[in-house]
Amino acid sequence: MELKFRRNTDYQDLSTEITPEKIFIDRRKLMAAGGMLGAGSILGALPACSEPQGAINAPAGASDHPKPGAKLVAAKSAFAVAEGPTVEDAFAGYCNYYEFGTDKSDPARNAFLMTTSPWQVKVEGETDAPGNYAITDLVDYKKLEERVYRHRCVEAWSMVIPWIGVPLNSVIAKLKPKATAKYIQFETYHNVKEMIGARAPVLKWPYTEGLRMDEAMNDLTLMAVGAYGKALQKQNGAPLRTVIPWKYGFKATKSIVKIRFVTAEPKTAWKTSNGNEYGFYSNVNPKVDHPRWSQASERVIGGKGGFNERRNTDMFNGYEKQVAAMYAGMDLAKNY
Amino acid sequence: MAHSAFLRTFGKHWMKPVTLALLLAPFLYLAVLWIMMLNNLPTPMGWDAVKWTHHYLGDTAIRILLVTLAVTPVRDITGWAPIALIRRRIGLAAFFYALLHMLAYLGLDRGWSLVKLWEDVVIRTYITLGMIALVLMVPLAVTSTNGMIRRLGRKAWDRIHWLIYPLAIFAVAHNMLMQKTLWQTEPTVHAAILAVLLGWRVVRWGLGKLKRPAEVAA
Repeated sequence: MELKFRRNTDYQDLSTEITPEKIFIDRRKLMAAGGMLGAGSILGALPACSEPQGAINAPAGASDHPKPGAKLVAAKSAFAVAEGPTVEDAFAGYCNYYEFGTDKSDPARNAFLMTTSPWQVKVEGETDAPGNYAITDLVDYKKLEERVYRHRCVEAWSMVIPWIGVPLNSVIAKLKPKATAKYIQFETYHNVKEMIGARAPVLKWPYTEGLRMDEAMNDLTLMAVGAYGKALQKQNGAPLRTVIPWKYGFKATKSIVKIRFVTAEPKTAWKTSNGNEYGFYSNVNPKVDHPRWSQASERVIGGKGGFNERRNTDMFNGYEKQVAAMYAGMDLAKNY
Repeated sequence: MAHSAFLRTFGKHWMKPVTLALLLAPFLYLAVLWIMMLNNLPTPMGWDAVKWTHHYLGDTAIRILLVTLAVTPVRDITGWAPIALIRRRIGLAAFFYALLHMLAYLGLDRGWSLVKLWEDVVIRTYITLGMIALVLMVPLAVTSTNGMIRRLGRKAWDRIHWLIYPLAIFAVAHNMLMQKTLWQTEPTVHAAILAVLLGWRVVRWGLGKLKRPAEVAA
């Protein structure tokens, strides 16, 4: 029998059906067991978790991607940062993922409830290949590469992270966008039962981000499925997320469930919430300050005992050579 | 109100040193954390110890400032006059933490560059407000000794120290403007407490105006 899932889109309307936590966790265990045995009947008996739906082209369950923390094999790439990677504990323990709480230590504590398998990505909009995709349909695990990128947060801190993934342009090639597609929009998983921070309207959920098509097609832009030699941990955006190293961190989308090709600039989460402080482009730029703080330098995360050295921020976060041409002639102070 | 022997003894011999110890405790705690950090031990400051330190010093300064403003209402409501004797040292502690807050920012974020600090004061509203609050605290701190009260006279001294009201508003506004979203609740709580403390004074002042003619008539 073919199993079909609908996820992520209708949870907001199910608030009256919130399951007591104990039953909910038991169900999760059942689901995990069901997934292992391929016992479709158990899954079929859970209306809140699975509903038959129209045309989809993902394989049953769509859960053949590695579990968070599983070892990944990836080819080394030429992308490196002189200092070498930040200590992994800092990467895992210092996260902005507001769906799990606004404090940096919240995601590591709260993300465990999130289901990352089965997982599907809905592709829609200006494309000749719409539908639901399994991660393994999008990402060729035999072509994974490790890229060490500097990660610069708009809050003026930075890390160096050995990401594992494939160029986003290799994913987009499979999705056949039409010529009318000028932008690509991403949406994060949204489920208030599993994401304690998403119960408060801190931002407009689901978290939405987007890129111009040329930015998305740039060789630097990654669809990441891992870091530090392992499949992504939940607090870091498992099971798949974007990485755009010349932009502030919030331009990346974690735990992606929807990709939409669109004709106009998408309404992105932070720009919608506070457009005076967070623009659509959000390219790392030491000369364009955030209204409340300077972007000229950054606190380096992962130092001895937690101390932060300061380093001067590089134009386009050090990736000027690869990306500056895309913004030739643009007023970067205006298009912040 | 009848006061117990314990309260009298406490007020006379213990209140001042205990207050001093309590006011210094946050500083000593921070010093311990920094010593641990510099010896590569994990601390509650986490991975962004510098930012944590800024927020810790700022929050401590604002909270002690709010405690300073609470002393007079507590005295008037409980009728226990000796508590007013610790008001100045609490206010001084608020200045001490606010000064450390600014110095930590200057040193750890601005590389001890007064030029860069001044740029921030000019460009960024929340820093302008914070700096005004700190500068307004200076005359209060300088005139906080017994000798200065005597030299200035009670009336002039009171007039200078009235500055605590606007500077507290500036400090809390500085704190509020740091919020990324309104869901980071602590600055909002600080603002609410300040509103109660200032509101209480307005009500007392209003009642005093109402009462006076009646007293004259009697």
